[in-house]
Amino acid sequence: MNDIGLLHFLFVSCALFFIGVYGFLTRRNLITMLMSVELILNSVNINFVAFNKYLYVDKLDGLFFTIFIITIAAAEAAVAIAIIINLYRNHKTIDVEEADSMKF
Amino acid sequence: MSASIIIFYILAATIIGGAIMAVTSLKIFRSAVFLLFSLIGIAGLYFYMDYEFIGAVQVVVYVGGIVVLIIFSIFLTHGSGEDMKRPHLLRAAFSALAAIFGCMLTMYFIMNQIFVVSNKAAVEPNAGNIGAQMLSTTEHGYILPFEVVSMLLLAAMIGCIVIAIKVKVPAHEILPEKGEDELIATPDNLKIEGAAGNEAL
Repeated sequence: MNDIGLLHFLFVSCALFFIGVYGFLTRRNLITMLMSVELILNSVNINFVAFNKYLYVDKLDGLFFTIFIITIAAAEAAVAIAIIINLYRNHKTIDVEEADSMKF
Repeated sequence: MSASIIIFYILAATIIGGAIMAVTSLKIFRSAVFLLFSLIGIAGLYFYMDYEFIGAVQVVVYVGGIVVLIIFSIFLTHGSGEDMKRPHLLRAAFSALAAIFGCMLTMYFIMNQIFVVSNKAAVEPNAGNIGAQMLSTTEHGYILPFEVVSMLLLAAMIGCIVIAIKVKVPAHEILPEKGEDELIATPDNLKIEGAAGNEAL
């Protein structure tokens, strides 16, 4: 444990991923669920960058995947927030358990 | 214990602590601010790994874009200072158990995994190399995903506008309904309705 290696980064990203999973399972508010998804995506990004840095220094593919994931996360967040605002306008709530008008 | 190790642990504590507070805080605005700290810590981790370009992209897109968007939508949909509902105790307990068990299992597999390190010459991860390889059309170029992602961004932008736009209904389309409401509501109209009823009788 004298030097910071790949395992340290993998442990951080693993912990971050499961914190995101915990948040996604417990929260019932759409915005906080979106935040949990962002945490999960970020843990994946850390993984890609760490693998690129410590295992495949001769390539740049990890960086490209990270850039694409960041782009898609931005698009996803924008669409999700548009949906949330529309849901709030129609139901006056963004709680997932109260928005059940398409259920029956 | 060198400074580099201490910096790594500070960054890791920022990321993990911020993330835990972001998913457990009952005030939604605080939750967003803790998410901000966590994302800044991740950007610091990229700078720590000498990938300045990715770190800069992380700061610009996540910290400057997505978190601001999230805070904006919180302001649009929540009264200030309201607490969120506390999660069910049973659900929270089982979610925590699942998360901890999954985390342990994954860490166990990571520790037993043997990673093979490539010993070819390193490529400098500066913006020039990244741009040249990402936009190249040769075998390992990423020009096709790049174009596909640009189409996706365009589609997402148009989709956002279509979903969130408020359609104004023209006045002549809502007038008849309103007329009926007025018929029922006001006593003057009730009289007219009664008269019409008598005529029918």
